[in-house]
Amino acid sequence: MFKSIVGRILSMVLVLWVIITVTFVLMHAIPGGPFTAEKALPEAVMKNIEARYRLNDPLPKQYVDYWANLLKGDLGPSFKYESRTVNEIIAEGFPVSAELGLIAVSFSVLIGIPAGMAGALYQNRWPDHLVMLLATVGISVPSFILATVLIYIFALWLQLLPAAMWGSPEYVILPALALAGMPTAFIARLTRSSMLEVLAQDYIRTARAKGIAPFKILWLHALKNALLPVVTYLGPMIAAIFTGSFVIESIFAIPGLGRHFVTSIYNRDYTVILGITVFYSALLVVMNFLVDLAYLWLDPRIKMDGEDQH
Amino acid sequence: MSRSRSVTALVVILLLLLASLAASGCGSKSGPKYLRFSVGAEPETLDPRKSTGIPESTVQAQLFEGLTTLDATNKPLPAMAERWEISPDGLRYKFFLRPGVKWSNGDPVTAYDFEYAWKTTLSPEFGAKYAYQLFYVKNGEAYNKGLTTADQVGVKALDDRTLEVVLEKPTAYFLSLTSFHTLYPVPRRIVEANPKWAAEPKTLIGNGPFKITNWVHNSRIELVKNDQYWDAAKVKMPKLDFILTESGSTEIAMFDNNQIDMGDNAPPAEYPRLKKEGRLQISPYLGTYFFSFNVEKAPLDNVKVRQALSLAIDRQSIITNVVKGEQRVALAWVPPGLADATPNSDFRSVGGDYFKDGNIETAKKLLAEAGYPDGKGLPAIELIYNTHDVHKAIAEALQEMWRKNLGVDVRLANQEWKVFINTRSKGAYQIARHGWIGDYADPMTFLDMFETGSGNNDSQYKNPRYDTLIRLAKSTVNPEIRMKAMHEAERLLMDDAVLAPLYFYTRVTLVKPNVKGYQRSVLGHVYFKEAYVE
Repeated sequence: MFKSIVGRILSMVLVLWVIITVTFVLMHAIPGGPFTAEKALPEAVMKNIEARYRLNDPLPKQYVDYWANLLKGDLGPSFKYESRTVNEIIAEGFPVSAELGLIAVSFSVLIGIPAGMAGALYQNRWPDHLVMLLATVGISVPSFILATVLIYIFALWLQLLPAAMWGSPEYVILPALALAGMPTAFIARLTRSSMLEVLAQDYIRTARAKGIAPFKILWLHALKNALLPVVTYLGPMIAAIFTGSFVIESIFAIPGLGRHFVTSIYNRDYTVILGITVFYSALLVVMNFLVDLAYLWLDPRIKMDGEDQH
Repeated sequence: MSRSRSVTALVVILLLLLASLAASGCGSKSGPKYLRFSVGAEPETLDPRKSTGIPESTVQAQLFEGLTTLDATNKPLPAMAERWEISPDGLRYKFFLRPGVKWSNGDPVTAYDFEYAWKTTLSPEFGAKYAYQLFYVKNGEAYNKGLTTADQVGVKALDDRTLEVVLEKPTAYFLSLTSFHTLYPVPRRIVEANPKWAAEPKTLIGNGPFKITNWVHNSRIELVKNDQYWDAAKVKMPKLDFILTESGSTEIAMFDNNQIDMGDNAPPAEYPRLKKEGRLQISPYLGTYFFSFNVEKAPLDNVKVRQALSLAIDRQSIITNVVKGEQRVALAWVPPGLADATPNSDFRSVGGDYFKDGNIETAKKLLAEAGYPDGKGLPAIELIYNTHDVHKAIAEALQEMWRKNLGVDVRLANQEWKVFINTRSKGAYQIARHGWIGDYADPMTFLDMFETGSGNNDSQYKNPRYDTLIRLAKSTVNPEIRMKAMHEAERLLMDDAVLAPLYFYTRVTLVKPNVKGYQRSVLGHVYFKEAYVE
């Protein structure tokens, strides 16, 4: 167990190294730089700026310097936003995106899992058809369409909620719903199909034969096993949703981290591109690692195998 | 069993919470007595020495004030300087600061603050993009290149209230430049103590009608009236909220939902509806939308091909059907709104139009003379534009006009913004979309970009006669000589069809009818000094 955890951590570091290196090479390969502008800068001015940000150093030196700073936890200054550092940008944006993400994930779990269970329990009857219909719509409608529809209904038509911006709780509802749509539908489908699989197994049939109430069978015996695929999906999904969505954040003018994933590339803001890539990748590998740990805990067969040994 | 109940209970509680939040969501429908203005994207910086964009300068125009300010007709008015003296040769300016002018923290604004601001902007280590806006000052460029020292630069505070400026060359529009944000003063004491002063509302001290109280990045900037401002009696609004969003559809939704009172970035599709509702303000904006011909790339090295292409465009139909903002058809290069030699005359009216819109007959004739009757024998031409739905629609309209009117086959290619700028400035194109916004209120801000070797001469135009005219206009402050030279230069540019102008920009602003008293500059910013909400 300990050995495999150490192995995992080493491979995580390797993965991060590859990601950073590839990103570094790719972003410098795109034409245009952080100071390319509509109005061309005089050569001397451009030289001064490049010297100030050490962009005139050869790329291998920039790469080594980047690592030296990264190991100190310093992601460097933003080229676009004068006097803001990448650490500050992440520290300001991530809590906002994570708050929104946490609420969206809670929506998806609290709605998706019960809905999927209902579908499995009433297989091929109307609750199942309803859940599957909604789930299919939820998966196929992109978040920006859902967002636009929600804004139209709740902000412009009913005038109940603000159309955009961030602040008090009423600002969270529409973006959280728009963000939750797809994962909710996905979780409902996952839960339903794995629940059906579990319900068809012998131990459930035995429980039924013993006359245990169907609801109790579902909660106590089936759910934990049926949730394995959902947990697998939750890991990377949480990493993705917590770091924010460009689309949702720009539609709702939310000061989160998600926007930077796209705008930093438009801006050729090299340090921001690298910084948020590092941050997201680190979060992703950590989440995957946690999923694997959760697996060990969730899957009863692993335990039973161990117990069979003596 | 208990676990299932608690989960169910949690769901119910959450839903109830949501419903109650939704119910308490929005309050009164009439807006507050202060202004909420959607200004555009997050400012790169609010240090006036470093910024380059319009959202930045709009916020700065409320926080700072230069030696001069511009009135509605772009005439420089006294601002921080109450008066000035200019030497007969036009090289030496002496500005006398208003007595008692203060920074928002109560410190006096002195001539030393100006000297410090300009010199730091020019210093090579500072790396300011707009350092070149100060190259008019003697040795400004040399200092920025590291060829001389700061004390050789032609700006000097003679005492607290007197600033002496020596120019490199006589510059007729220097008093207009002194209203520009790059030439604003900065509070030397604060800046020296903290180089990151402009990042925090607490240390971002200004000398304008408003002062900053809060800045939530990518969300909002809040300003309140600055009681230390010399002309505070004229400032009516207690508070000013700048909303930061780069999405036009977000802006229009917030406008319709009464979350903002004014905004600058609504999508053109919404213009007709807003216009009908009386909530749209259209004002002139000093800019020209055009297509740049690369005069070195065949077949565009043939002037007749270029002229034919330009003449075969129906500009009015593009304005009516695509951009919809009541833009003016551009049949010349320099937009209207700039003074000519005689008082109250406009450079554009004096210069007039250089050709007729949609002159297909002549276009066909010219193309035939160039050796391509009805487009026969002309290889396909590539037109590039930066990825954007409006630019795409315009490019497609042109493609169709050229095919129908001239039989010319044009292929379209779009590129991401910075890739596009890179391609265009390297001259690796045949026809490219372009738009140019003036930096200062003088035709020169449009004309000197086509000088041989200018960093913005994407057309690769080289004409010694043109260069001579620009040099002549830059060497004197005599308005007759300057304007005559610039009109002649513009004629050369049009005769050589270096570019196909499309339209002169307008600024289309969403604004509620109860917002009054703001001043819109043709250079793009808004002054809220005397604005109020009824």
